Amino acid sequence: MGLEILVCIKQVPHPDHFSEIRLDVGSGRIIREGIPAIINPLDRNALEEGLRVKERFSGRVTVISMGPPQAREALEEALAMGADRGILLCDMAFAGADTLATANALFYAIRKLGKFDLIYCGNETVDSGTAQVGPQLAELLDIPQVSGVREVTFTDEKTLEVKRALEHGYMKVRVKLPALVCVTRDINRPRLPTVQSIMEVAQKEMILWKAKDIGAPPENIGLKGSPTCAAGVYEHESGRRREIMQGSTKEKVQKAVARLKELGAI
Amino acid sequence: MSNSGEIWVIGEQRRGRLEEVSLELLSKGMALSQRMGVTLSAVLLGDEVGETARELVFHGAEKVYLLEHARLRYYQSEAYARLLAGVIKEHEPQIILIGATEIGKELAPRVAAKLRTGLTAHCIDIYGGEVDAIPHLIHVVPGWGGNLVMHIICPQRRPEVITVKPGVLPKAVRAEKRKGKIIRVKPDVRDKDFSRIETVEVVEEPPKGKSLESADVVVCGGWGMNALGGFSKVQGLADILGGVVAGTRPVMDRGWIEEGRMIGQGGKTVGPGLFVSLGASGAMHYTTGFMGSKVVLAVDRNPQAPIFQMADIGIVGDLREVLPCLIEELKKERMPRKS
Repeated sequence: MGLEILVCIKQVPHPDHFSEIRLDVGSGRIIREGIPAIINPLDRNALEEGLRVKERFSGRVTVISMGPPQAREALEEALAMGADRGILLCDMAFAGADTLATANALFYAIRKLGKFDLIYCGNETVDSGTAQVGPQLAELLDIPQVSGVREVTFTDEKTLEVKRALEHGYMKVRVKLPALVCVTRDINRPRLPTVQSIMEVAQKEMILWKAKDIGAPPENIGLKGSPTCAAGVYEHESGRRREIMQGSTKEKVQKAVARLKELGAI
Repeated sequence: MSNSGEIWVIGEQRRGRLEEVSLELLSKGMALSQRMGVTLSAVLLGDEVGETARELVFHGAEKVYLLEHARLRYYQSEAYARLLAGVIKEHEPQIILIGATEIGKELAPRVAAKLRTGLTAHCIDIYGGEVDAIPHLIHVVPGWGGNLVMHIICPQRRPEVITVKPGVLPKAVRAEKRKGKIIRVKPDVRDKDFSRIETVEVVEEPPKGKSLESADVVVCGGWGMNALGGFSKVQGLADILGGVVAGTRPVMDRGWIEEGRMIGQGGKTVGPGLFVSLGASGAMHYTTGFMGSKVVLAVDRNPQAPIFQMADIGIVGDLREVLPCLIEELKKERMPRKS
């Protein structure tokens, strides 16, 4: 009997294209047409960790994501990396969720799936980057959780000793399974899919669930289940001088250096 | 239970020393509490941290709820979250401010989820405002595409819990004449709090070399440095300015800088005397990382790049020309003048 491992992933816009993403100032809607999507980078570290644990103790790795229909691509990529099955929570009823409502949707799906020994998440996403869903989900599941994890050691089959990041240093934390672990970039180097593992994707199980399928009450998920909501998008008044230097390259640089001196910056 | 309507700041201490962000929260807490006419309180957990509690008073807390116990010496995930949720339920504050530190980012969501209430992450400002003519506390968070921010509100559930990005808000000024009440709360610490998860050790690792946070000058390269085939010129500029090199996320993702040198969301926040941004277009995820800088110089080839909205001095141009010229001109400045 091996370990049941769950990895939570999110499809996000590619960070190289962040400055091309626009917010519609009226609706607050994110306009990201044409922006390539990827698996959130730290979620790949989370998956890698799950796969390594499975390779060591045997078991099964399930990947789960909540998102629009195209989030299926992210799950397929995770299957190609070696996950055993994918679950996509896809329903308009999930839309507009804040982190608590997202954690709730995952909670109901997990309740339906059964017990897990280990749940891995990326510590934060590159888009909204709240780092909240992992700890909130653990709280709803009533299991222990650690954020910022850069190293995991099994002291026995039911106990982990992890190093979690602090601003200047780390904390050593002992955790009993079942547990939820949010990993950082330092923990491993995620593998790339191989030709063979890509071929195997078609044989693997992919489940699509709507809110009804997991018995999630409408008042706990999506916009309705979100205690917080966006109230608009505004220009940030940076209070900066915004002086653009004019002339040839040399003139621009000389003017800039002179201004830096006037401002006491050099 | 008593609905106190207070504003609470969760103090964070390591070995009795308050994290800077706690003082930043107190300055914002004071402004909000005065405007709303409510009490500003702080909560502190630890072991023998009475002196630290007094520091919270000197920095503006009118009350400090102090929970001391030998087993609370380090941050303990389940014990801290349960005890904190307990005092919150008892006193019912309306707003809770927590620093978005490595610990705060874990503690805040655990507590907010226990209370099934709203939580906003890494705010850069908080103020009382109106949405559709209804008064709300506005939580300002970084948005997308350059200098846009998003306003978040928590319309119904209380308390509203907010984490605040460290290094962005000003610190409260210390004044020993400030008076405040220290309320000792006997923490109901249970073995069960430590049976599933326990912090066993805290190891401090001072940063190698000059730390980014304490540098007077930070020179930060973005994806545009690609045209120069690497980072050596960034280092060259930093050397002349006596500064430290940093980079943006795309640069870190490519392994040009180590993770600890990334500026912006998920990375470092700096506030040096001079911040130089080279070849970065200026996504808000990046620019929130240097908002506290005194002077910002930006170089990018795209005149429409949002970075120029966030800079004091802007040079539009090709880095391959601008950077060598900038190094040259600064060298002249550094050389003693011939008379």
